[in-house]
Amino acid sequence: MSCWETIADYGLRSLGIGERLLPRSDFTLCQQVVLIGSGMIWNIYFGVLALVTGFALATAVAVGKAQSNPLIRKPSEWFIFLFRGSPLFIQFFFAYFAFLSLKSAYPFFDPFTSAWLGATIVLFLNTAAYSGEIFYGALLSVPKGDTEAADAYGFSGWRKFRRITWPTMLRLAWPAYTNEAIFLFHATALVFVSGFPARQQKGDALYYASYFADKTFNPFVPYPILAGYFILLTLVVISIFGVVNRRLNRHLPQERRTRPRFRAATLMR
Amino acid sequence: MMPACTDPDALEGLAWLACYLTTGKHMAFYTSFGTVLLLLAITAPAALAFGFGGAVMARSRIAPVSWIGRTYIAIVRGVPDIAFFLFFVIALDQAFEWLRHQAKCPDWDQPIRQGNDFVVCAEAKLPLSTAPQWVHETYGFALAVLTFAIVFGAFAANVLYGAMRAVPRAQIETAEAYGMTERQTFRRILVPQMWVYALPGLSNLWMVLIKATPLLFLLGVRDIVYWARELGGTKTPQFTDYPHGDWRMWYFLALLVFYLAFTKVSEVVLARIMARLTKGQATAGGEAQRKAAA
Repeated sequence: MSCWETIADYGLRSLGIGERLLPRSDFTLCQQVVLIGSGMIWNIYFGVLALVTGFALATAVAVGKAQSNPLIRKPSEWFIFLFRGSPLFIQFFFAYFAFLSLKSAYPFFDPFTSAWLGATIVLFLNTAAYSGEIFYGALLSVPKGDTEAADAYGFSGWRKFRRITWPTMLRLAWPAYTNEAIFLFHATALVFVSGFPARQQKGDALYYASYFADKTFNPFVPYPILAGYFILLTLVVISIFGVVNRRLNRHLPQERRTRPRFRAATLMR
Repeated sequence: MMPACTDPDALEGLAWLACYLTTGKHMAFYTSFGTVLLLLAITAPAALAFGFGGAVMARSRIAPVSWIGRTYIAIVRGVPDIAFFLFFVIALDQAFEWLRHQAKCPDWDQPIRQGNDFVVCAEAKLPLSTAPQWVHETYGFALAVLTFAIVFGAFAANVLYGAMRAVPRAQIETAEAYGMTERQTFRRILVPQMWVYALPGLSNLWMVLIKATPLLFLLGVRDIVYWARELGGTKTPQFTDYPHGDWRMWYFLALLVFYLAFTKVSEVVLARIMARLTKGQATAGGEAQRKAAA
């Protein structure tokens, strides 16, 4: 069987399209690369969806945490503490079993026990909390002069936030937010090992990599392939976020532009 | 088991709950919290040692050594840690068995990898198939600790590497002016002075490490996640004196609360250590302390 046939059979296997049975013996390198790559579709799906939805909530939470009114501030603080203070792995388990219990009472919750919705919700809330904290920190370091200048120009309320505070906050938060995005994509690998079932063996990249490692008892092929895919994904994320970063900083004089430094010290969550 | 618990069917309400929460399996569940703490207690210094080694290697003037250090640090960044965990647990096991195989069975002529099997001679098996159960469990735990130490060592190496570069150049130059050798400068100035710069990164790492402990479950150790799934599942009257429905949600809620409390306590303690270390340092924090005291 040529590699092209393998791609046709297994390229979209993680979505349930193509060959139904996974290879069982005589694994070729091509099969491993194609299947693990097919699983990456799920990692990208989870990551992109959680990132886009989480961004909106993170902005709201950050603004909420910066309020002086305790009725708004306290819930935001608790939300951030709840999701940053506990392991994502446990959050997945808890959410899955909570949805399972809800499902037995209300059939409406049936889709929530599937990874495509349930895990996305957990990742969305989780990344909203982490990014919310980053945005909150950036919000506090918006230069006083910027807001005073906005006042002088007669900006107020929503327009001031939309035109002055928010872009500056994003500009300051962007390097840390890039790291959060990288970590979010890495965290998507946890979905199918933490309760959420991979129905009909439709799993993510890690699911297929561990499938091959279990079957061949040789971790030295599938995991490096997985690592290669993730490094590639990380580089793509960095370059896309780099484009946004340049746009956010384009009004600044050349020497004041902050070049994001992707050091693991800031990379951790 | 308490004497009042001899007939669970007759119990009700709180008494039932008290008896339920003190069964033998629940005791095993509580002990597994100790496993988590033990893992942290061993892994944290081990990872710090790995990190120190990695940072010193990355700083080395000998190019190949420096490359190894830098690669070790860089590779963890691009790849999810969970992939490393699943990889190392098998890879380390096979590496140890292979080394023992080379040493103990030199006249073995068959290939190690036969199709989809990894075959070493019986004497090289780790642990030996004749070993008692606790040896198997300890070996599994030790592998997990080593895996954690390698992965988090890379993170620690990065933090320490940055901290060593953050120590003000003037302090090193002063040491040189006093005639200290390179080794003396490293031991007496650089290492003691770097901690204040390393602590924010290391505290962050500690938090990450706490939140990574449930991954023990994936490495085959009977940890709190294992027991929460085990105990929470639906129990029918045939198999247990304490039948109940699917309570896994509540067990995992308990784990969430445990981790929230743990990270909160860590935060408070680390803030105190930071205040202690900042004392008298040439940093913004140290300056603030001086002003507050004056």
